[in-house]
Amino acid sequence: MTDRTSFDPLVGPEESRRLFGALQRGATRRDILAMLTAGGMQAALAGSLATLAGTAQAQTPRKGGRITVATNASGVNDTLDPARQSNQTDYCRGFMFYNGLTSLDGSLTAKPSLAEEFTTQDARTWVFKLRKGVQFHDGKPLTPADVVFSIMRHKEAATASRAKVLADQIESVTVSGPDEVTFRLASPNADLPVILGTYHFHIVKAGTTDFNAGIGTGPYKVKEFKPGVRSVAVRNENYWKPNRPYLDEIELVGITDESARVNALLAGQLDLVQAVSPRSVDRVTASAQHAVFETKSVSYTNLIMRRDSSPGNNPDFVLAMKHLFNREQLLKSIQLGRGVVANDQPIATSNRFYFKGLPQRAYDPEKAKWHIQKANLGGTPIPVVASPAATNSVEMALVMQHAAKQIGLNLDVKRMPADGYWSTHWMKHPVGFGNVNARPSADLALTLFFKSDAPWNEAAWKNEKFDQLLVAARAEIDQAKRAQMYADMQVMVHSEGGIGVPMFISSIDGHKSKLKGLAPVPISGMMGSSFAEHVWLDA
Amino acid sequence: MNALLLKLLVQRIGLACLSLLAVSVVVFAVTGVLPGDAAQEQMGQEATPEALAALRAQMGLDLPAHERYLHWLGGLVRGDLGKSSVAQLPVSELIASRLPNSLLLAAVTALFAVPIALTLGISSAVWRGSWFDRAASTAAVTVVSVPEFLVATLAVLVFAVQLRWLPALSYLSNIESLGQLLRAFAMPVLTLTCVIVAQMMRMTRAAVIDQLEAPYIEMVQLKGASPLRTVLAHALPNAVGPIANAVALSLSYLLGGVIIVETIFNYPGIAKLMVDGVTQRDIPLVQACAMLFCAGYLILVTAADLCGIVANPRLRHR
Repeated sequence: MTDRTSFDPLVGPEESRRLFGALQRGATRRDILAMLTAGGMQAALAGSLATLAGTAQAQTPRKGGRITVATNASGVNDTLDPARQSNQTDYCRGFMFYNGLTSLDGSLTAKPSLAEEFTTQDARTWVFKLRKGVQFHDGKPLTPADVVFSIMRHKEAATASRAKVLADQIESVTVSGPDEVTFRLASPNADLPVILGTYHFHIVKAGTTDFNAGIGTGPYKVKEFKPGVRSVAVRNENYWKPNRPYLDEIELVGITDESARVNALLAGQLDLVQAVSPRSVDRVTASAQHAVFETKSVSYTNLIMRRDSSPGNNPDFVLAMKHLFNREQLLKSIQLGRGVVANDQPIATSNRFYFKGLPQRAYDPEKAKWHIQKANLGGTPIPVVASPAATNSVEMALVMQHAAKQIGLNLDVKRMPADGYWSTHWMKHPVGFGNVNARPSADLALTLFFKSDAPWNEAAWKNEKFDQLLVAARAEIDQAKRAQMYADMQVMVHSEGGIGVPMFISSIDGHKSKLKGLAPVPISGMMGSSFAEHVWLDA
Repeated sequence: MNALLLKLLVQRIGLACLSLLAVSVVVFAVTGVLPGDAAQEQMGQEATPEALAALRAQMGLDLPAHERYLHWLGGLVRGDLGKSSVAQLPVSELIASRLPNSLLLAAVTALFAVPIALTLGISSAVWRGSWFDRAASTAAVTVVSVPEFLVATLAVLVFAVQLRWLPALSYLSNIESLGQLLRAFAMPVLTLTCVIVAQMMRMTRAAVIDQLEAPYIEMVQLKGASPLRTVLAHALPNAVGPIANAVALSLSYLLGGVIIVETIFNYPGIAKLMVDGVTQRDIPLVQACAMLFCAGYLILVTAADLCGIVANPRLRHR
């Protein structure tokens, strides 16, 4: 990756990241050339750049081999039903056995997958042209009816889809040609292809009710699937992507205990493990045969101050708390630097709509003290609810408690068990912690957690202007205008919103150095769970 | 003698059924008190009221608690353990895939732990007060005082990560030969043996000493029996009752209480299944596991009592 820096001035950081991501996923020089010229670049310059990129990644992926992978969760709730998948173990399996209409690349841009092409005039009616000649694992060809079934089932309550909130904006999906479907949305959404690139919207066979066989169009087929124990995936010889996948077989197990995962990796029994704690990184890198793979900004843990109840309804209290975060220290001491300092804006730096121009809010006990005095809360202790369920929140709460004491504010940290935290405590206390995973688009990150009527409007913050901007930005096809709108919204959340985001957390995976092809997809670790078709084993 | 055994057996079976019923009520009530239900656990952060309602209807959670319980009990009487509300599979299938693993681990552990404990216990009793007795007792108490997660983690660090002699996980791919089985089981068995040996050993020692100090042993000795004969033929048969009970208690622990070992070595046993069931609020699964553990415990304890009666000369010759 050392050569990437020499790329940046030529094509800009975002493009450079996209190119290198593509290379690491095994793109050839010709693919790179096509990507560059498609972006309107001169053929000669593109040619020399593609050569440069090619030499930076001289190794060609090798076919064959078997790996054993451990994710951090597994239980009887393991499922191959895309709609019900709920953790990274499920998502990783989803990407082995299924494909979406689109897929997300390293900049979270939607790329053609089962859909060869997607077009829209008004961001409300979308036409997806399906790839020809794609087969399900049982030999049945992919048809538009499968797509209609796969998408529309999310809208039925009985499916119990975890993506129902997203699917509700889809009014209808209809077959509009032999290899074509048309989506009709309730209101325009320029990000529809991005949403369809996420795991819940993987395409299954029309009429499927029992998903345990995992019949999809994906790079691997189910050889064995035992919920809570393991799954074995074998190469799909009829996969529609040429030369993919690389591996013959992948065994996936869920191991909840972090040190057991790391030990088994170091003992040579596992080839790839998900979720390595920052504290174990040194152990992994000390071994010559192992390495870590960091994906920046996959989630944030936030302080929630409900704006509809005391003390959060007092803007001075909210500002004081935001100034009490010693962000650099939190990042250094809790995450050992594996993360990025955040600025109470929920859009991560890796997102294309991240607003850079927002001045960083600093740790300022004096200012916090001034706001607290202005808020005039009296001496009563303020309960702050934290739990191991919200990553790092207990540690953050304790650091804040200490900082608050310095300015005469008494925070009473209440530690809740992880079990049942989301249903019983999250958003149910005036001051508490939550944890939000990165979403593939800025629109989703804001709509799900900040829109006034959102079920997970964590801080009960209501702002009409924000809601209007959000809907307008969703429909906007002009990128520059759209970026400006998202910038305005980030400023609003930063200054008035009821949440404090001290830092974005990285995901760290550990792997054998021989395992190649990993490139970050900044939505979660393990290449946004889609590692299976991209990784290969060096001889 | 036979009539006595039969009466005891009938009594025990009757009591066992009552205990199982009581346990099922208690477990059902306690899981009902836990925050959230299976639908909420499954939807997690994504739970919306209408999705929850649909999922609850699907899982049968919309019925009142007593109706759900009676429905479950009716199924149990017919031999049907019900369907896991989370995995959408029959509970019997889930248990069938895990129970043999647990039994195998328990059997291998018992194979090592019980002879070790009995030998140590009897030897300590015979040479009570000697340096051997003190060393063995101290060692046993020390080992049992170290938490099992520490023993297991240290064993993994030393034998798997540093020396690379043994696999760090006990169940990855299929085990094909006895050698592989022993290698895979070495560390879990070592850990569990550390946990259960002490109690069995101390109980054996106490029970045998109790007998050795009885007047009839003095008689045996006066008659000129060798020390070995005195212990094995006279004292031990009378001490079998308490020893068998201690062994039964330890073995019942192996059946369902080895969650830490199952977690650290990623061994798919029944304890992890039950913990899964609890975290997912999968009531049918939790109920079935609780019944299984309870039944296993009752069977072991009854077997221990029978052993005690059969081995006890005074009862045998009546």
